[in-house]
Amino acid sequence: MNLTLKVWRQNGPADTGRMVTYQVTDVSPDMSFLEMLDVLNERLILDGDDPVAFDHDCREGICGMCGMVIDGVAHGEQRATTTCQLHMRHFEDGATVTIEPWRAAPFPVIKDLVVDRSSFDRIIQAGGFISVPAGSAPDAHSVPVKKDDADDAFDAATCIGCGACVAACPNGSASLFTAAKITHLGLLPQGQPERASRAVAMVDQMDLEGFGGCTNTGECTAVCPKGISLDVITQMNRDYLRSPK
Amino acid sequence: MAVTGAVLVAFLIGHMLGNLKIFLGAASFNSYAEWLRTVGEPAVPARSLLTVAEIVLTAAVVLHMWSAVSLARRASKARPVKYAKRRSQAGGYVVRTMRYGGVIILLFVIWHLLDLTFGAVNPKGFDATPYDRVVAGFAPARWWVTAFYVVALAMVGLHLRHGLWSAFQTLGLAAGRRRRFLDVFAAVFSAALVLGFVAVPVAVMIGVVK
Ligand code: HEM
Ligand code: SF4
Ligand code: FES
Repeated sequence: MNLTLKVWRQNGPADTGRMVTYQVTDVSPDMSFLEMLDVLNERLILDGDDPVAFDHDCREGICGMCGMVIDGVAHGEQRATTTCQLHMRHFEDGATVTIEPWRAAPFPVIKDLVVDRSSFDRIIQAGGFISVPAGSAPDAHSVPVKKDDADDAFDAATCIGCGACVAACPNGSASLFTAAKITHLGLLPQGQPERASRAVAMVDQMDLEGFGGCTNTGECTAVCPKGISLDVITQMNRDYLRSPK
Repeated sequence: MAVTGAVLVAFLIGHMLGNLKIFLGAASFNSYAEWLRTVGEPAVPARSLLTVAEIVLTAAVVLHMWSAVSLARRASKARPVKYAKRRSQAGGYVVRTMRYGGVIILLFVIWHLLDLTFGAVNPKGFDATPYDRVVAGFAPARWWVTAFYVVALAMVGLHLRHGLWSAFQTLGLAAGRRRRFLDVFAAVFSAALVLGFVAVPVAVMIGVVK
């Protein structure tokens, strides 16, 4: 199949950037979206041009590196799918595809489609940890966890920190990500000692980084490759309201 | 948002139920309006309830708008470079209905006060009884007034539907199975409120209330 791509090109953080149109030919429907970009980049390199920079690592939907906005939707229109797991069979031959980086002030563009998500790391540093006594591993059954709590904590823990929720949010809020981390730790016995301070610390850091305020639009959960539910935001608000400030 | 919104919702419930008194006839409606002005007399001066309500509502509207404006400003600061192409994946009506819809509701409230409170744009003016002002304002020949009210109230309903749900979520009430229930509750409640309001102008326009 053949495609027309409109790709955001930006030489560096200081550059203003622009959309550039490319043609890609001989794309197999079995390729992933990133492999399609590899095809484009190989040609650009052969032509002596600068290849399009994009982030990726695992290419199997677990690392969270590969975010981009495809035709106006974070990770593309396929639900619960990262860009690396999105396949070209979901596109029509001859289609024009627009590709942009995550757009948020706390995610500055480094180059082309690559953004700096260190703001997420700082939110984690602010409270996304537990205190454990180091030493040999405890017996697996020494701390019982209710099955429901274990399941919900696990669901929240599947967040891969990709940032699609921020990219899709009309307010540029990081609530889904932050709430997933708060819920994951807050539902488990190991996360209780810091529970009272965690939500406040992480939410304050999120605000400090310049993310917008959540107005419960639900755009985040709709694009989340891991299908993180709005329930985590309910949990975050609960922990936040309950904690002594 | 949630607190000031809750004040406005409480007001809307009372206002809607009060309006329905028009179906009990002119005497009932006018004496209800009179009661609002004189309740608590002589322990408290005339118009005490109304004055308190006016102050609380004005404060709620101003603070509500202030929260809305600061949320919108934070949002635009959080996304200085806009997307060339953006497609909503969640119905997408929320931001538009809440922000622009809120402004439309404000304009409506101003018109509404000029019409039925101060009588400035009402055919009967300020000196008529409340009942006469309603009947004259929504007279069949002035069908466009009724049409405008219906559209504005539909906006209130949409605003409220998300607003209620959003408030439940903000307060941490909407997890799990309860989310579905509260979602339906918000929709049903908003629809009932709008129907209650719309009943009055429509009844006057089609001549059920004269
Ligand atoms: C004066 C014009 C108004 C403006 C500009 C306005 C604007 C807004 C905005 C931007 C929001 C946040 C929406 C979101 O969560 O996405 C909101 C929420 C809300 N509004 Fe309004 N609004 C107005 C009038 C009203 C009225 C008349 C009512 C009463 C029925 C009302 C009730 C609510 C409620 C209950 C919320 C939810 C609060 C929350 O999110 O926790 N608003 N409004
Ligand atoms: S909540 Fe979902 S969209 Fe947001 S960072 Fe985590 S995995 Fe990505
Ligand atoms: S490259 Fe790891 S999730 Fe896509």
